[in-house]
Amino acid sequence: MSSETSSAAAIGDVEGVSLYDVDHPAPVIEPPRKRTSKTPKASRGNFEMYAWLFMRLSGVVLVVLVIGHLLIQLVLDGGVSKIGFAFVAGRWASPFWQAWDLIMLWLAMLHGGNGLRTVINDYAERDNTRFWLKMLLYTATVFTVLLGTLVIFTFDPNIR
Amino acid sequence: MATPTLDKTDKAEAGFADSPFITATFRIRRFNPEVSDEVQWQDFQIEIDPKERVLDALHKIKWEIDGTLTFRRSCAHGICGSDAMRINGKNRLACKTLIKDINPDKPIMVEAIKGLTVLKDLVVDMDPFFQAYHDVMPFLITKGNEPTRERLQSAEERERFDDTTKCILCAACTSSCPVFWNDGQYFGPAAIVNAHRFIFDSRDEGGEQRLEILNDRDGVWRCRTTFNCTDACPRGIEVTKAIQEVKRALITRRF
Repeated sequence: MSSETSSAAAIGDVEGVSLYDVDHPAPVIEPPRKRTSKTPKASRGNFEMYAWLFMRLSGVVLVVLVIGHLLIQLVLDGGVSKIGFAFVAGRWASPFWQAWDLIMLWLAMLHGGNGLRTVINDYAERDNTRFWLKMLLYTATVFTVLLGTLVIFTFDPNIR
Repeated sequence: MATPTLDKTDKAEAGFADSPFITATFRIRRFNPEVSDEVQWQDFQIEIDPKERVLDALHKIKWEIDGTLTFRRSCAHGICGSDAMRINGKNRLACKTLIKDINPDKPIMVEAIKGLTVLKDLVVDMDPFFQAYHDVMPFLITKGNEPTRERLQSAEERERFDDTTKCILCAACTSSCPVFWNDGQYFGPAAIVNAHRFIFDSRDEGGEQRLEILNDRDGVWRCRTTFNCTDACPRGIEVTKAIQEVKRALITRRF
């Protein structure tokens, strides 16, 4: 076994006890997914550009929608204590608030989903991890968006 | 043994009161795969004039204390881009960093640039870096017959891409980029800077091809504008701005 690793002065001395020598060098640590000449060349298509633009545009719209939403729900008119089934039913009787909530739901979910997609792309090292994390993300996003949309459109104020 | 460095050292050891020399500690990240698979930090204490550069200190260590210390340097004057390294946690050129500017009272940490395979001590495998450079086609592309004289360009047209012509391919920017650390498939700032140099060159006609390459999954859209590259560039290139200009060119090209 290697015995000199703890002593700084031993660096550079090739000792017989070392596991490694000139003919058997230690493995080097390669960075994740490094670029080689075999790296696939550019694919055509503008998905990444549209995704990037979507983040900027939806972000601007969401600032208005979310801050408005928070003001109405939490601050104005008695604050959070007023929220109840009747309050939601009253708001969703108007197509304006239905549209507001629907747009906010879609933009926020897609904005957040795309943000998480870039985080996964940035931080997942292995292709398999990357793939399954993204599948999980897409499933969760689609489920939430569809369920939310269904509720907004089929909301029945007279439900028992 | 008549090198100026050695002469000065002798004087310092003689103990002149007005000696400009100080004792500085260099803590260097050592890795030698022929000895051990483990990385370790080794301290070197040297007498050195604080107005000297970190590269001079490394030379002193290599020439006088430990000849196994391995690093790259060629011109030693900030042009060749060989000696980019992480000094006190920031990517810099060792030949452009004065010791007095990086607080020699504390140990000066020197390590290899990040995101590339360390081969030995401060030497990294630059192949992935140059592969990305290669992939953006950093050469003049034109159509039609070659003119019989030089391709003319106005001063304003030259000014458009002047900033990105300064790149010396030292990899300080690319190896300071957190996206590149985690995903080496990203082209990285240096490749984008060198694509920018030709995309905005009025004489070049391959801009469309280069934009197409940088429009890809691993292209400019992966930039998170953290400005690490602009901070790291030893040539003062506004790297993030160049990347943003490529993004803008891509968007205006489509709409």
